[in-house]
Amino acid sequence: MNLEVILRAGLSTGTILLLATIGEIITERAGVMNLGVEGMMLIGAMAAFKVSHVTQNAWLGLAAGILAGGVLSLAHGLVSIHFQADQTVSGLSLTFLGTGLALVLGEGLSSLTVPTIPDVDFPLLSSIPVVGRILFTDFNVLVYVGYFLVPISWYFINKTRPGMHLRAVGENPSAADSLGINVYGTRYLYTFIGGCMAGLAGASISIAISPGWYSSLTTSGQGWIAIALVIFARWNPVPAALGGYLFGMLRRFMLDLQGPTVILGLRNPFFYDLNLVFFLQMMPYLVTVIALLSGSGAAKRKHKGAPSALGIPYIRGERGL
Amino acid sequence: MTHTIDDAPFAVEMRDIVLRFPGVLANDHVNFTLKRGEIHALLGENGAGKSTLMNVLSGLYRPESGVIKIRGKTVQFNSPRNAIAYGIGMVHQHFMLVPTLSVTENILLGLNAPRFFMKLAKYDRKILALQKAFGLKVNPSAKIWQLSVGEQQRVEILKTLYRGAEILILDEPTAVLAPQEIEELMGTMRTLTDQGKSIIFISHKLNEVKTVADRLTVLRKGKATAEGIDPKNLSRGDLAELMVGREVIFQINKEAQQPGEVVLDVNDLSTTNNRGMQAVNSVSFSIHQGEIFGIAGIAGNGQSELVEAITGLRESTGSIRINGVEIGNCPPRRSINCGLAHIPEDRMGVGTAPNLSVTNNVIMKNYAQPPIRKGWRINYPEAQNHAKGLKAAYDIQAPSVETQVRKLSGGNLQKLILAREISGEPQLIVAMQPTRGLDVGAIEVIQKLLLEQRRKGAAILLLSEELDELLELSDRIAVIFDGELVGKMDSKDTDINTIGMMMTGSLRSES
Amino acid sequence: MKSPIKITAERRMEEIPKWLPLATSLGAIVISFTISGIILAFSGSNPIRVFRFFFNAAFGSWGAFSDILVKATPLIIIGVGCCLAFKMKIISIGAEGQFYMGAFFASLVVLVPLVPLDSPKILVLSLMALMGIIGGALYGLIPGLLKAYFNVNEIITTLMLNYVAVYWNNYWIFGKYSDAGFQMTPTFDKVAWLPRLADMAKEIPFFSGITLHLGVVFGLFAAVLIWAILKHSRWGYEIALTGDNPRAAKYAGINIKGNIILVMVVSGALAGLAGMSEVTGVVHRLQERISSNYGFSSVIVAWLAKLNPFAVIPVAVLFGALIVAGREIQPSGLSFLIQGTTLFLVISSDVLLRYKIRITRRKEEIV
Repeated sequence: MNLEVILRAGLSTGTILLLATIGEIITERAGVMNLGVEGMMLIGAMAAFKVSHVTQNAWLGLAAGILAGGVLSLAHGLVSIHFQADQTVSGLSLTFLGTGLALVLGEGLSSLTVPTIPDVDFPLLSSIPVVGRILFTDFNVLVYVGYFLVPISWYFINKTRPGMHLRAVGENPSAADSLGINVYGTRYLYTFIGGCMAGLAGASISIAISPGWYSSLTTSGQGWIAIALVIFARWNPVPAALGGYLFGMLRRFMLDLQGPTVILGLRNPFFYDLNLVFFLQMMPYLVTVIALLSGSGAAKRKHKGAPSALGIPYIRGERGL
Repeated sequence: MTHTIDDAPFAVEMRDIVLRFPGVLANDHVNFTLKRGEIHALLGENGAGKSTLMNVLSGLYRPESGVIKIRGKTVQFNSPRNAIAYGIGMVHQHFMLVPTLSVTENILLGLNAPRFFMKLAKYDRKILALQKAFGLKVNPSAKIWQLSVGEQQRVEILKTLYRGAEILILDEPTAVLAPQEIEELMGTMRTLTDQGKSIIFISHKLNEVKTVADRLTVLRKGKATAEGIDPKNLSRGDLAELMVGREVIFQINKEAQQPGEVVLDVNDLSTTNNRGMQAVNSVSFSIHQGEIFGIAGIAGNGQSELVEAITGLRESTGSIRINGVEIGNCPPRRSINCGLAHIPEDRMGVGTAPNLSVTNNVIMKNYAQPPIRKGWRINYPEAQNHAKGLKAAYDIQAPSVETQVRKLSGGNLQKLILAREISGEPQLIVAMQPTRGLDVGAIEVIQKLLLEQRRKGAAILLLSEELDELLELSDRIAVIFDGELVGKMDSKDTDINTIGMMMTGSLRSES
Repeated sequence: MKSPIKITAERRMEEIPKWLPLATSLGAIVISFTISGIILAFSGSNPIRVFRFFFNAAFGSWGAFSDILVKATPLIIIGVGCCLAFKMKIISIGAEGQFYMGAFFASLVVLVPLVPLDSPKILVLSLMALMGIIGGALYGLIPGLLKAYFNVNEIITTLMLNYVAVYWNNYWIFGKYSDAGFQMTPTFDKVAWLPRLADMAKEIPFFSGITLHLGVVFGLFAAVLIWAILKHSRWGYEIALTGDNPRAAKYAGINIKGNIILVMVVSGALAGLAGMSEVTGVVHRLQERISSNYGFSSVIVAWLAKLNPFAVIPVAVLFGALIVAGREIQPSGLSFLIQGTTLFLVISSDVLLRYKIRITRRKEEIV
């Protein structure tokens, strides 16, 4: 078990979670709860795979994946923002819809090999001793995209005017409305961006980081883990990224646990009883529940929690008594 | 006043404004003028049309007919942005602030500059300069949730000033302020007018209007009953009559009554609020049968927490007993079974379930008792009869008992809640702001109902922000300040001024 | 030139007409079939042929119809449980995991075994049903406790626990209870088989090959039970009140934490019972895949049925037909697609229940 290998794996697969989580953070900060992330990731994965195959161009595939996720999120936006339906159930229905769509349109793709986004060394930075080797050599392009996305998204949300308007719309939409901010438009925009990022996350699986199409197993619940991570990260991109990387490391660690006959001088149970691997496979999901537990507790403290208007449809002129 | 004389004598002229909503004529050929540098009060009951008129002026509504002139120039506003461009700024009763953003960020919300990068330090300084000019002190980098109500109001005023407002409309600004904050606001208004601003001050509080207004306009049911008059020589009775249209008797008929046994006994009660800070500090009092015990106080001094502790919605230390039975820290079910009725402050958010029917709302407290209860079931036909009876007895206006409760008006909603709580002949009634937001007719009904319960021997704990109402209804009055009861006395032994001073902590009385 | 007709939407203030919810649900089904047909055509298949195949596969014979009812059975049992939870606005999607746990616990009766296998059939089956209920109930208790005491979002916890349950099941069927190393247990002894119509083939030849089993009776009982609870009982009133306004429910003295837990336990128990029914009535063993996504489809069924337990029955039959036909037709994800589209359309159409569409004539301009 090599720490560097685990770290690298963590950065790699963690990028998938990072992309989906930051997308959902942006959407939720605007006040919209999008539970369709899993479906959008899957359809992004399928669209990227299929288009990459058809055009033999991975970048076009990437674009297709992003767009697929974005378009699906617009459906969610329409129903939640304009029709003011319950956002939870709407998102859920889009998970089913996106999954179904991906399975139907993705029929027959699993045997194919398609062009993928390449792994590269990051110019200049990869020559830094130690750090360069661990963080900047031989990673998929999208991993580097993830690195930069974190500070950029943080800065955007907290230090720019559009970011300020985003936060206002998610905390007190009627105040924002009274000052001339277009609440509906803002929410649509950031729902779309979140959906695009979910699609990007899906595409990052199928044509970049774990290439291939495995039907619904492609995402195997990572969309849901991303949603839980949003709560755990307190709607902040930096802890979200760290959480994603940690998850990736956990996955790799679980895998590595099955290899050696001896761990820390003790007989490795996972090597001798193959079936114990199922308990390892449970770990990501159990860890998510635990992460949620700690996140919910802290979120109870006011003003560090969810955006106040999250999940509440905005109806202009609704008067409270 | 140190400003140049304008061509037009009026900052604002509204002539013959007509505005209709489905089913109601909100503004009926109303005339309104505002002189430069004056404080003009707009008086009227809830629903009289004053907020509507000001929403027209601030660009939110377009009038059917009528003319609006700003500084002599005829204008037509298509949106609030238009009005803002003409120098009109409105400070709403319910603040439009984003709690997690700072003061400066809130002021800059919705504007064009800065375009993208928020260099807040520069704007913090700008805001500070603005504050100095008008004497409105508040820390620009503080987050809104950290500020007191009075400070938040200052932010709202700064918002309008930053956008170049010359004409400020303040909608019920004193409703949420402590007396010393009200004093500060009055001072601020004078500073603003000294600097050439003109202020419209919407209120239904006669005393304040008399204190601060240069001129006064009174609206009643959409019509102006007085236009731009001088309030100095008018009595409260005159003003009230202009507002309500009939001779308003400020005396409620309350019979003298000998109170009976102790019903509610509160001893050494303390609780904390949602932020973990001390809200109620060692409070003790008792209420007898057939007695109304009123508690006066500015919102935020612990009343909500006190009521929540008594009604079982909040943990507390100390003892709360109804007829000798300890109910402190027990689930609400316990106190309900002991005969506690609770009329909550928040009608829609706590007192009713909006999408359920009238029937289902009426049985909220007695659904587990026969005859509504039939073993493990609910006898819905019986519940309906019960509801129909209450609907008739309390004159609750609704199409039927199966109507969803969210369609009821505020007054009918309150009547429903009272019907439900009172019809069980409760031992103790806790009534929190029972007449808030209601029109005069409904207020009378509610007050009569409370007095009748008093006659029947119920003990009543009354909290109201209307000091007149409190003084007139209560047999005994206490004042809560900073979580403590700073005075307990017979209501006939005291007056509004004394109470006002206690409410601000300037006076304590041992009783 | 402006259109002479103006379409506006305004908030509905009077009562919702009784036929409208039914119309929206039906409309959603019809439109979703249409859309799926279009997508099928887009992906290269012939939609008409597929749908004709669908109807034949589903309704072509009594045998096929019985298959539909068999598939509908778990949907009914779980679906009415969803009605209970959703009425209290608890969006639990954990039925899939509770189903597996119920199947597992029920199977323990035979696998351990908990009673000798020559016990009377009614004892064995009753015990298995009880174990199924307990298994599902316990598994529903976990997210219930988390929500009641820690305010942890039930959607994510129940979803995560779904995955955990499948892996838990796998551990046992790959390991201790495995049938010669295959990923399933040996077929259960006949004593643990739920009676089905085919059992009476000797007396009534018509019933030969008909797979309909006793589980469908469980479903009907469950529907009546949940209907009685929601429509008539005190508990049902508390659920409705808590779902509509939790603060008012607390003010009325209702024990909200207790109700959350109770609702999760009951809906979990029902899902567990469905697991037992599937394992004793259909597959007769514990294996890796025992659910055709029943847990998720039931959510859609309950929503389409507008949380009415009796309406769940016909909707479940329809979805059962989808599953049966879905086995035969390519592409295999189609039934999932139709289900997802239907749910989406039902939610979208709910807007019509809140708003009225008004078509008015614009007044003619007088020149």
